[in-house]
Amino acid sequence: MRHLLRSPAMWPCMLLLMLAAWSPAPRAAAAQLHIAVAANFLGTLEKLAPLFAHASGDTLLPSAGSTGQLYTQITQGAPFDVFLSADAARPQRLQSQGLTVAGSRFTYAIGTVVLWSPRAGAVAGRTLREGGYRFIGIANPANAPYGAAAQQVLTALGLWSRLNQDRKIVVGESITQTWQFAASGNDDMSFVALSQVIRPDGSISGSHWLPPQSMYRPIDQDAVILSSSPNRTAAQAFTHWLRTAPQAAAIIRAAGYRTDD
Amino acid sequence: MAGADLTALWISLRLAAITTALLLLLCTPLAWWLAGGRSRTRVLIDAVVSLPLVLPPTVLGFYLLILLGPVGPVGRVLGEIGLASPMFTFTGLVIGSMLYSLPFVVQPLRDAFEALGPRSLEVAATLRASPWNRFFTVAMPLAARGFLTAAVLSFAHTLGEFGVVLMIGGNIPGRTQTASIAIYNHAETLQYGAANRLSATLIVIAFALLLGVYTVTRQGRDGVRVWRWH
Repeated sequence: MRHLLRSPAMWPCMLLLMLAAWSPAPRAAAAQLHIAVAANFLGTLEKLAPLFAHASGDTLLPSAGSTGQLYTQITQGAPFDVFLSADAARPQRLQSQGLTVAGSRFTYAIGTVVLWSPRAGAVAGRTLREGGYRFIGIANPANAPYGAAAQQVLTALGLWSRLNQDRKIVVGESITQTWQFAASGNDDMSFVALSQVIRPDGSISGSHWLPPQSMYRPIDQDAVILSSSPNRTAAQAFTHWLRTAPQAAAIIRAAGYRTDD
Repeated sequence: MAGADLTALWISLRLAAITTALLLLLCTPLAWWLAGGRSRTRVLIDAVVSLPLVLPPTVLGFYLLILLGPVGPVGRVLGEIGLASPMFTFTGLVIGSMLYSLPFVVQPLRDAFEALGPRSLEVAATLRASPWNRFFTVAMPLAARGFLTAAVLSFAHTLGEFGVVLMIGGNIPGRTQTASIAIYNHAETLQYGAANRLSATLIVIAFALLLGVYTVTRQGRDGVRVWRWH
């Protein structure tokens, strides 16, 4: 070991190791709400956070993950104050387990599913029926609400079983992966969330088709306050703001969601 | 790069350094014992040590969460003796990372100790070196490269860890959000520029570290070149 310590090339490595092991991490700010947020809403929450901080003085600390993973963590005592789910089922289940503050559950955003391709002119209303494509991407219907919505749309069009037989459906683990299938050109088009492809000016890149809302059940994204939260008052102030503040609703809508009126 | 990213990078480096230091400390006696023979117990422990390689990281994280969470069997016992559950804290990350990187430390150390052979230790014994003395002045210097390999593998493996830390850390900024999780956040919000910058930084740090270590090991023991084909 000694000759290694003597070698000058080792010194920077050793220094880095020592520094990393013994210095304290930078300190975080004081009053904060830990928000467990479904990954699809993280970008929107990051836009909402400075506005809420301005309005209330409280800081939002988002912890993103998949809804199923966040649900598991909450049932195992994760230190979150508020849970912004990508579905209605998981908050409901937490509620029935007594892990949420009574009466705190509400729908903060309603998702819109869109068939999308980054190429102009590639997708239109008739594209699905016409065929002439190799792969359509959808998120896994078993765990991703947008995947379930995509399945409902394809079923309503009478295409679901045939596309499956022809092995034309590729399944992404999450809505992000499904978006990546299309964005990287590995499939011809993907069913993604409108929030992923909408631009700040409201336009959509490439080409797309918005299935009628009647073809799929509303993708309700529900929020709850967790009963283990030590900051219940601040958490209630945040969910009240999220539900009622016009500026919050404006940002959520601009991000490609609908809100309850 | 944003302040949150630097914090995440710092947490990753601390996690990798502390995990590596603790693993080297704990695994040295274990590897020494494993290298001591081929009894049935040793083979069994050898196999158990390799198990973290088999489980997908998120699955490993899931079981740790179930076991060590405040309502889990181990977490409840901890709570009864007045200790908070380590889940969703930096301590929890260290515990998870140690399990996750365990085989990467035990195996190089065990191989290095096995390669020593009995001769040099026996010679030291005839010179009246005590067992401790033999270990620290003969075995450890001869196995130096095994230690170095173990340290490098554990550090690099922990630095790039994702599934375990996401599951048992909970992605809490400033506390359990490591660089790899910050990259995931950027990718999930389609901020590929930020994701690329942080990934590049992580790669440069890891590369510089590996380059430094491999430069040293290439020189070999006592200045003799080890790689003969050069």
